[in-house]
Amino acid sequence: MSDATLPRHDAAAAPAPAAKPQSARSVVGESPIIQAALITVSLAFLLLFLLLPLITVFVEAGARGWSGYREAITEPDAVSAIRLTLLVAAIAVPFNVVVGVAAAWAIAKFEFRGKNLLISLIDLPFSVSPVISGLVYVLLFGAQGYLGPFLRANGIEIIFALPGLVLATIFVTFPFVARELIPHMQAIGSTDEEAALTLGASPWRVFFSITLPNVKWSLFYGVLLCNARAMGEFGAVAVVSGKIRGLTNTMPLHVEILYNEYMSAAAFAVASLLAGLALVTLALKALLEWRYGDAIAASRRH
Amino acid sequence: MPRPLIHRLVHAGLVLGAFSLCFGIVAGARAQTELLNVSYDPTRELYREINAAFIAEWNAKNAKKITTIRQSHGGSGAQARTVIDGLNADVLTLALAGDVDAVAQRSKKLPENWQSRLPQNSSPYTSTIVFLVRKGNPKAIKDWGDLVKPGVQIITPNPKTSGGARWNYLAAWAYAEKAFNKDDAKVRDYVAKLLANVPVLDTGARGATTTFTQRGIGDVFLSWENEAFLALKEFGPDKFDIVVPSLSILAEPPVAIVDANVDAKGTRAEAQAYLDFLYTPKGQAIIAKHFYRPRNPEAADPKDIANFPKVDLVTIDAVFGGWAKAQATHFGDGGTFDQLYKPAR
Repeated sequence: MSDATLPRHDAAAAPAPAAKPQSARSVVGESPIIQAALITVSLAFLLLFLLLPLITVFVEAGARGWSGYREAITEPDAVSAIRLTLLVAAIAVPFNVVVGVAAAWAIAKFEFRGKNLLISLIDLPFSVSPVISGLVYVLLFGAQGYLGPFLRANGIEIIFALPGLVLATIFVTFPFVARELIPHMQAIGSTDEEAALTLGASPWRVFFSITLPNVKWSLFYGVLLCNARAMGEFGAVAVVSGKIRGLTNTMPLHVEILYNEYMSAAAFAVASLLAGLALVTLALKALLEWRYGDAIAASRRH
Repeated sequence: MPRPLIHRLVHAGLVLGAFSLCFGIVAGARAQTELLNVSYDPTRELYREINAAFIAEWNAKNAKKITTIRQSHGGSGAQARTVIDGLNADVLTLALAGDVDAVAQRSKKLPENWQSRLPQNSSPYTSTIVFLVRKGNPKAIKDWGDLVKPGVQIITPNPKTSGGARWNYLAAWAYAEKAFNKDDAKVRDYVAKLLANVPVLDTGARGATTTFTQRGIGDVFLSWENEAFLALKEFGPDKFDIVVPSLSILAEPPVAIVDANVDAKGTRAEAQAYLDFLYTPKGQAIIAKHFYRPRNPEAADPKDIANFPKVDLVTIDAVFGGWAKAQATHFGDGGTFDQLYKPAR
């Protein structure tokens, strides 16, 4: 993993100007016309393929007016979908935070056999299609699956119930926290911790007073991304949900169901909640970078 | 400074996670008189009304109330698959007997003779396959023969996952057998040409309906009769026309109790009453209102019955020797569909 040593947000966060001795134009040597053309094309692309679809969601959501919108998101099946989505995220995200921090800590601070294998395993959910992530749980826990007879004999429901949804979500969102933390922790190195240890701090104290605070911004990014994906996941969740309305239907699945029932306005009303979540995530991220940009950059420079 | 804060945060997260996990499991296990109806795609509107009527009737007469009837919808074959994988359905209301057969054979949760347990092959309603075309029928599609003309785009779901699509396929096959006097080579040639005119195969009937009506793809949609009427109702009769072919197939969507599940949940009486309700005059009237052909037309509003065009309907038993045989010959691995369907480039 060559990118493991390159902190991903460096380009945005690090104070770059010092590293730019000459003006960009003379180095690149492009004429202003070509530059303008390139900028226009990129802007048009962003507008057409990112901003416009997002606006469409909100416009469609408002097609039946405010009362229609409220009706769509307070209808019992919608409320239960929202509650289920929040519940799944409330379980999956803390789990991934704990495991992700532990994994990143082990990988960044220690050398051990099989480290590369562990890194690859953490990346696995990124490279596997979400449908497969769902299907493996059906194969494992489904009635015809390897553990199916045992689960049925003990009356444990996993697939087509909350535990299955949580498992699939954890699987899909697993890499986000660890992937954010590993490069950051590696860049920081272990000198602070070593100093604290020689001064007599206990390992737990070192972890909570040095290691965690050092990476708190990356951790926060990781949690934001993890949460956004946990709430928005469709593929893996669709496979293990069984799509029972009011019971195992999450928000993304509910959007599809409403759309298929010719209730586009209601579908986009629920979709707008998901889109709103994405916007809040982005806004939080931007706010943090603006307000604590120096602290973030400083903690990354270390 | 940050030590206690972060410490506490991690703690709170752990506790919250553990708590919600327990809560979720408890909530999942709580016993309720709830039925789960696992159905196919186009029945959403039908069962919404059936469920409300049945719950009202049952709760008026019984001390043990039914709180909710939950619905799950999808392509018929895909729905059967999830029940085989353990979805806890009380009743199945699928598109064709073959899918209920699959559940019976693979999960052993209902006996293989399930179809003889309720009247009329366990099908309280029938339907057929018609063509939905764009207003004015610009490609002049009148019958099955017109579908294989070059340049006609046909929308039909995937017969591997959709029950409706299997009926479409068999109806086309039945037409070809009649038109070409059972000349097997010509029948196959016809079906291959028809499939070559299909640009996309959706997994379920409703997805295909959306493709045709909302995304505007295709010239003709091979559709459940009820789904075609529903599209007219939703989008207005000025958008589409229904074309009734010279011959179509009698589709008998069956209903069945999943014995092992109702016995485990203690909901057999409710599930049985629910399916029986479909055969009552009240149930039959709701069925006709949602454009399914009721078994007992006298019970329905004559206005609803007048909607149904007269079609020459063949049965699957007469032409194909029953579902089990049709399924194996046409839709099994290496069946005629696999042989004849070649995705466009």
